[in-house]
Amino acid sequence: MEPAAAKLIGAGIACIALAGAGVGIGTIFGNYLAGALRNPAAAPAQFPNLLLGFALAEATGLFGLVVALILLFVI
Amino acid sequence: MSAAEAVHGAAAAVHGAAPSGGLAIDPMHQFHISTIYPLHIGGFDVSFTNSAMWMVIVAAAISLLTIAGMGKRSLVPGRWQSVAELSYEFVSNMLRDNVGDAGKRFFPFVFTLFMFVLFCNMGGMLPYSFTVTSHIIVTFGLAMFIFLGVTVLGFAVHGLHFFHFFVPKGVPAALLPLLVVIEVISYLTRPISLSVRLFANMMAGHTMLKVFAGFVIAMGWAGGFLPLAFMVAFTGLEILVAFLQAYVFAILTCIYLNDALHMH
Repeated sequence: MEPAAAKLIGAGIACIALAGAGVGIGTIFGNYLAGALRNPAAAPAQFPNLLLGFALAEATGLFGLVVALILLFVI
Repeated sequence: MSAAEAVHGAAAAVHGAAPSGGLAIDPMHQFHISTIYPLHIGGFDVSFTNSAMWMVIVAAAISLLTIAGMGKRSLVPGRWQSVAELSYEFVSNMLRDNVGDAGKRFFPFVFTLFMFVLFCNMGGMLPYSFTVTSHIIVTFGLAMFIFLGVTVLGFAVHGLHFFHFFVPKGVPAALLPLLVVIEVISYLTRPISLSVRLFANMMAGHTMLKVFAGFVIAMGWAGGFLPLAFMVAFTGLEILVAFLQAYVFAILTCIYLNDALHMH
């Protein structure tokens, strides 16, 4: 296989990491909504934790994106 | 390289076919650092770049907001004073919730950090601006400073007792050798995860906006309105992300400070 082709395929594969980020963000917001509907009074206090969890989950997917960009532009 | 060149050629062909005159858009061009005032000291290139210029603009904007905003100190705050007080209270509450009273003396540090990252992110949303935080060296510099500072603080407060931080409590002794190694590695990767999170969010968001902008031009007058509508929505999302990442950066700094001050 040509190195350039392998590079492009590798960058594409690295973007699968975004699927995990999608699952993580969905889990966080889904569980927050479920909890907030059961106990709306406690929901606002947990909003900062929601944002924190969202950002942490999103970041793991973006690490995959960084790997893809390194493959494309650095190596 | 032939495959990559073919891809670029195809992209150029698509753009060339666009009715607006073949404007090939490079989504990475917005991250290009250009020298404004060349300066070399002792073999180091310390030129004044567009990145440095935007950092100066950000610092000036924050100073203007906080100093001019609090200039009058009226009992009923005006608009500028409200914004300055809101940002003060926001960081103050964050610090109190996450670190407690011991965190009071780190307020200037966390406030400066939060405002700097927030204004860099928000300034990047202005058209034709430069996003300082979309370069990993900037975010890594900030994160490494936080990491080293927090580690030094931990040793200053607890002495050698700080090494207990890496030994989780209530674990069977047989598992300890493994867990301590994992704890140490997870501690050492903190500056990397902290910096890559901010940098990747900023860079990915701005690249995505630029790619969609390319679609608007490539699809022309008739079809360009659909990606334009997406662009408007994504810009709103990016402003949210710009704030959120500054918030997460500051709150993780608070959590690290809390770890150093109170250990477990």
